[in-house]
Amino acid sequence: MTENARPDGGRERAYTVRLELVDEPGELLNALEPIATQGGNLLSIFHERGSLTPRGHIPVEVALEATPEGFEGIVDALRESGVAVVQAGSERYSEHLTVLLIGPLVDTDLSDTLSCLEERAEASVTDVSLSAPEGTAGTSSARLRLATAEADHTLSIVHEAAAEKGLDVIEPLTPGAER
Amino acid sequence: MKLGIIGAGAVGSAVARLAPEYGHSVVALADSESAAIDPDGLDPEALLARKEDGEALGESDPDEALDAPYDVLVEATPTTLGDAEPGFSHIRRALEGDRHAVLANKGPVAERYEEVRTLETGSRGQVRFEATVAGAIPALSTIADLGAGNVTAIRGVLNGTANFILSRMAAEGLGYEHVLAEAQDLGVAEADPSFDVQGTDAALKCVILANVLAEGNGDGDTAEVGVRESYTLADATVEGIEHVPPSALELAAEDGRTIRLIGEVSTGSIRVGPRLVPEHGTLAVTGTQNILQLEARHAGRLNISGRGAGGPETATAVLADISRLEA
Repeated sequence: MTENARPDGGRERAYTVRLELVDEPGELLNALEPIATQGGNLLSIFHERGSLTPRGHIPVEVALEATPEGFEGIVDALRESGVAVVQAGSERYSEHLTVLLIGPLVDTDLSDTLSCLEERAEASVTDVSLSAPEGTAGTSSARLRLATAEADHTLSIVHEAAAEKGLDVIEPLTPGAER
Repeated sequence: MKLGIIGAGAVGSAVARLAPEYGHSVVALADSESAAIDPDGLDPEALLARKEDGEALGESDPDEALDAPYDVLVEATPTTLGDAEPGFSHIRRALEGDRHAVLANKGPVAERYEEVRTLETGSRGQVRFEATVAGAIPALSTIADLGAGNVTAIRGVLNGTANFILSRMAAEGLGYEHVLAEAQDLGVAEADPSFDVQGTDAALKCVILANVLAEGNGDGDTAEVGVRESYTLADATVEGIEHVPPSALELAAEDGRTIRLIGEVSTGSIRVGPRLVPEHGTLAVTGTQNILQLEARHAGRLNISGRGAGGPETATAVLADISRLEA
């Protein structure tokens, strides 16, 4: 039960791919297409438009889920279509962690909390759901899904960051051994 | 066996009522006010009917019950923390008189475990406490059968009140205060629910389990690093459920999960707190149910669920202990 079982018997895991794109219209779309056609599941795209590589390209970090076989196909297809794949971090973010944060999330700047997590924990926040039934001033809850190399380490960072902002954390029983 | 029962609450009175059916006689029955003592055996039904009518249980002082000619002292007074009195002294009296002690009271084995075991070593009587962990669920006897040294970790839902509140909140989308009031109306939660909802009760059970597992931890090469000889409530990290809002349960459910108050014991660490578990997973029992999940060498994972509280339910654990004393 550590990863999603797929009908074809393969198992999905999370991957991070760093690409360098030429600054031309349609390049990003072009780069993402092989992911879909090879059966990958796109989790997040980090598109640093402001910063250019020394070669004048735009660095893009893509987090995706795929079976190991599917992932190989994606990297091959990206390279074939002329996209520069600078890092195919197969093992980098192979674990998932889902946690709930409870407290004055809005008042304590949730987006700051999230970027703080990504920075310190070397994790990628792949999903966020917020529920604030009492409005922005009251107690709200957020569910975070993080892709990480090491769930236990990330969890301790989550606790640390939450404690700084006076938030409660509800963690899963077995961090990392998750869907 | 002749039983001396101290404490005539839900558990004590259920033990008294069921004793004849299990082949035992009750020679003393005491509550905090008085005691009924008869070396030839009491009529528990008649005595408890009197108590329900507001009369005293008997003519004697409660303390005299401790000197009655019983084979087994059943300690069923309310759990107290710290010095675990008066329960601890009751057990001492029984053991010093070379009689057995069977506990439903968690205090002595959670707070003064080593002292209880030392008293037992100097006595011809034994101490048993199956009823202190998860009511009717045969937790300690299962551990004994597996061998405490073979059980590497235990986790579970060990408080029915907290579990009732969380599962009602999740099912109905209601707030904590609302469901707590409902639980109090139903008699599932006490007027002062802090012991249950703050995680103390579950933590005491985990401490008792940790003490039992620590006894199975071998010496020298086989000893697990980080396991001490005995534990108390102060060694547990405890968090309750009072701060869990309905929105958290909602977000968990959207993701196929739910929140349960989970107690965990492994290699010397004792922890109780609300945790995310799969919504339809083994640990997500509903209502007042309890579940215990054991990880054992060679045997793998074992799950035992059932009623973790209630008079007759918990009394069956006391009676099981008594029959093991006879064996």
